[in-house]
Amino acid sequence: MNEILSQWAEWFPELWKGFVLSLQVTAISLVFGVFLGLLLALGVSAKGRAVRYPALVIVELGRGAPALILLQYFYFGLPSVNLTLSSFWAAVLALAYCTAAYTSEIIRGGLEAVARGQHEAAEVIGLDRVDALRYVILPQALRVALPSLLGFSIMMFQASSLCFTIALPEIVSRASAIGSSTFQYMPVLVLAGLMYAAVCAPASLGVAALERRLAPGQHATP
Amino acid sequence: MNDILSMLLTGVPWTLGVTLCAFATGVVLGFALCALRMARSRGLAALGAAIVLTLRSIPPIVWLFFIFFGIGGGYLSLSPFVAAVLGLGLITAAQMAEVYRGAFAAIPEGQYEAAHVLNLSPPQRFFDVVLPQLTRISIPTAATYAIGLLKDSAVASTLGVADISFQAYQVSQQTFQGLGVYSAAALVYLVLSVPVALASRWVSASLQRRISQ
Repeated sequence: MNEILSQWAEWFPELWKGFVLSLQVTAISLVFGVFLGLLLALGVSAKGRAVRYPALVIVELGRGAPALILLQYFYFGLPSVNLTLSSFWAAVLALAYCTAAYTSEIIRGGLEAVARGQHEAAEVIGLDRVDALRYVILPQALRVALPSLLGFSIMMFQASSLCFTIALPEIVSRASAIGSSTFQYMPVLVLAGLMYAAVCAPASLGVAALERRLAPGQHATP
Repeated sequence: MNDILSMLLTGVPWTLGVTLCAFATGVVLGFALCALRMARSRGLAALGAAIVLTLRSIPPIVWLFFIFFGIGGGYLSLSPFVAAVLGLGLITAAQMAEVYRGAFAAIPEGQYEAAHVLNLSPPQRFFDVVLPQLTRISIPTAATYAIGLLKDSAVASTLGVADISFQAYQVSQQTFQGLGVYSAAALVYLVLSVPVALASRWVSASLQRRISQ
């Protein structure tokens, strides 16, 4: 036991650097991705076909392709048209696209949950479409979507482990490098797993608690 | 382009194999895990909840490496396929346990009472009353998860399972046509998920008919 603990102490600084990188990639992808997801949600709910169909295709492609394929598409695919990205930016682009596709559906669900009367009321008090969206509809829609968005963010943090395949030095890459040089795969992978669990387990318990608090009926809008 | 596609298609049996075996493992193990979570003893229920939370809080790739390199390297000899099925199967079990738990809660209380009043034996109560309803309620969620698993099975390629993603990597390195190769691979995954969605709709519709008769 002591031997494992001293090994962990030795490896921890190395894995920590990877942990920080995983968090950075996840955070940047989520910021870009959720914003794009909002635009796509509005696009998919648009009345005009010229907007709706392209938005639908972008969403369905992003949800239909495995995240691993998206990552490799941006990292190994784009160089064939002379566009070479660093593994960091390829990771951010791929995960942001994945986030946009999935969160657009979550946000669309939230938009649909806003009562019809809210749209009418916003129109009656003279708000234009942009202001109605910004001050009346979106705050309510995002409140409904919040637990699912947070749950998805946890999934994205886990998905960032796939960046191992495009040579990004995140947690799994560093753990696997340590494993192959020391042949101590088991203890180093347990440490890597614990670092993920230390973030994801409390976070998913928190999201579940938030979901119960925001459950419909508890805060009925008058 | 034809060569690229035919190379990618050689990965389809592996992708389907990993997905189906992992899903089957998860469907069965999920029952055991759900039973543990819903145990009357507080200690057992907490253990079940802890197992589910742990399985869901660590990324699939870490589980796969842990099983293949950690367990498989020193203690047991495991093929990449078996390691991938075990890892993804365990994660699926945790997800399915939650699906079953939700489905149990969705069966109306009156059904248990009615089964009791009719003096059905415990196995009859389970197999003739609870299980058919549990299956019907679980299928749509389970099918959505199965489609997700089809895509998640791509991580098996990191262990060297010759699935679609593995072929895509090989072909893109040989032909330097990464863009076309990965677009085609994404389409193959998309096309594979369509039958799963249709099958789930068909199965739940036919179960619905049988129940209402």
